[in-house]
Amino acid sequence: MSDRKPVLEIEDLSVAYQTANGLVNAVNDVNLKVYPEEIVGLVGESGSGKSTMAYAIMRLLKGDAFVTKGHIKVMGEDLYALSPKELRKFRWNKISMVFQSAMSALNPVMTVQTQIVDTLTSHRPEMSKAEAIKRAGELLDVVRIDRKHLNSYPHELSGGMRQRVVIAIAIALSPGFVIMDEPTTALDVVVQRSILDQIREIQQVEKFAVLFISHDFSLVAELASQVAIMYAGRIVELTKSGTLRLGERHHPYTEGLLRAIPHLTADEVVIEGIPGTPPNLVNLPSGCAFYPRCPLATDECRKARPNLYQTDNAIIECHLFKGDREVQHV
Amino acid sequence: MRYFLNRLGFLIVSIWAALTLNFILPRLMPGNPAEIMLAKFQGRMPPQALHAFELQFGFSNKPMITQYFNYLGSMLTGHWGLSYTYYPTSVQTIISGSLPWTLGLLGIVWVIAVTFGTFTGIFIAWRRGGFLDSVTPIITMFFQSIPQFWLALVLVYSLSFSMNLFPMAHGYGNSVTMGWNFPFVSSVVYHAILPAVVIFLGSVSGWIVGMRNNMMMTLGEDYIVFAEAKGVPTRRLIFNYAARNAMLPQITSIAIALSTIIGGQILIEQVFSYPGIGFQLTSAVSGEDYPLIQGMFLIIAVTTLLINFVVDMIYGRLDPRVRRRGATS
Repeated sequence: MSDRKPVLEIEDLSVAYQTANGLVNAVNDVNLKVYPEEIVGLVGESGSGKSTMAYAIMRLLKGDAFVTKGHIKVMGEDLYALSPKELRKFRWNKISMVFQSAMSALNPVMTVQTQIVDTLTSHRPEMSKAEAIKRAGELLDVVRIDRKHLNSYPHELSGGMRQRVVIAIAIALSPGFVIMDEPTTALDVVVQRSILDQIREIQQVEKFAVLFISHDFSLVAELASQVAIMYAGRIVELTKSGTLRLGERHHPYTEGLLRAIPHLTADEVVIEGIPGTPPNLVNLPSGCAFYPRCPLATDECRKARPNLYQTDNAIIECHLFKGDREVQHV
Repeated sequence: MRYFLNRLGFLIVSIWAALTLNFILPRLMPGNPAEIMLAKFQGRMPPQALHAFELQFGFSNKPMITQYFNYLGSMLTGHWGLSYTYYPTSVQTIISGSLPWTLGLLGIVWVIAVTFGTFTGIFIAWRRGGFLDSVTPIITMFFQSIPQFWLALVLVYSLSFSMNLFPMAHGYGNSVTMGWNFPFVSSVVYHAILPAVVIFLGSVSGWIVGMRNNMMMTLGEDYIVFAEAKGVPTRRLIFNYAARNAMLPQITSIAIALSTIIGGQILIEQVFSYPGIGFQLTSAVSGEDYPLIQGMFLIIAVTTLLINFVVDMIYGRLDPRVRRRGATS
């Protein structure tokens, strides 16, 4: 797949928040590539920098957050080099995003139709109102919502329906790449399931690439072909999703996460957590950020940041994999 | 429609309640209007006159319930009694002579202040951290913390008394005749400038600061970021997405503030001897002119209720969650 042009190329990206306590390094030297039609998962704990990265890709960082270094290219285009006008056109045409908080992503005082039509007419001024309304109806068909809800207000819809509307808005202009930032977090398990099935279905028809952000390991493993695991603002492992099980070779943090998944079919349900808490992003530990919590940590882990090593199925940033081939980028 | 009928029903019930209270309160007070009137003449009037006054003021010894319905009837048909102070002018003549002054001055200045304040608030919230954003709160806080009547006194003393730039009192000059002629209208505008400035400065700060804060809150909402991301043009983003939501708390504040303004301009009208309802109310109270006080209270209550009704209607137009039932979020 590497011969194709990636839709997303992140190079040495760092994002920081300016706070009273100093710089919070939310994303540190991240590299990531997403290829067309591919679904890549991004997993990590709360506060590991997943959403910050998504906002950085969309150039939507607000207030005190800013990119301190690195480049982001979406379909070969550097979003940070675009003028505000070009940016407004580029976004949503080529790259769109489904937000974490579907419940509040819709304007409460506008009908579903107006909000979809707004998206269309903002980018396609030549489109007539009637055409836009027709397209809005088609989009609701795609996400399987009755067309009568075109005239509904967000408060008249259930959480799952609202999230479907948000997805409809995200795919309105047939972008090549969609970021989904925890699209099912606010929903109950049954609705989660149906939305996921739908995302997969639509993705297979529309052929867009997806960066699927979640903290739910099993969900991502099922949906994505590759999974990036994020810890303290770094991608510590990029692995094929089929090999995400204990017994394969993984980063100690990934193994900790895998052990934390309850196996309900087992005779006795044992859930193991990872001891300790995520590091303070103002003062990151020296060396490997995970070493204070790592059961296998050595002196070296404390002193030096590990390099990347290529195993059969994954690229892992950990000193334990020294025997494997060293690589520069994920 | 359902919402409209609901509000309309509420309006009618509140007006009825106001009327009823207005009926009960004076009857809880000792004495009756005729006795007070008689007392004014300090014994220089024969007792028969008392009976004549009682008849004229509609005083009767009929049962309360009959009096109540007579009262309701005369209220609805516009027979609000006679003023003592301006005897025998009827109360509705006095009110209809003073209400337009208050509503005209206050209404126009209010619309300007609210509109100007709201748009300024929207603008400085959008240009957050800009020059205006850092300067405006200081200026507005300064004017908001000054008591309005004091500002009025300062302006009257400096601009009118010392410098003779503006008239010191009244709604129009002595030399003009009332009517739709240029000298009269310009005289009215000239006389209204100082009170208008005072009312404007006193109220505009609240609207600027309120709208700015609402707007800041709204701009942080997810649907604004989402709308920005999906490429909604800036102007539409500010007005249709952000301001329309930020307006909602503002409208509530307007409704609350409206209920106090009509009575609240008493001091200003007093300082400028402006012939409005506040000025009349003060003289009615000091003259123990009960029919006039009663009429004033009634008109203030009804006006407030009517304005609130209009505000409710506007709110319903702007916020579908009020208008339509639906699942809660």
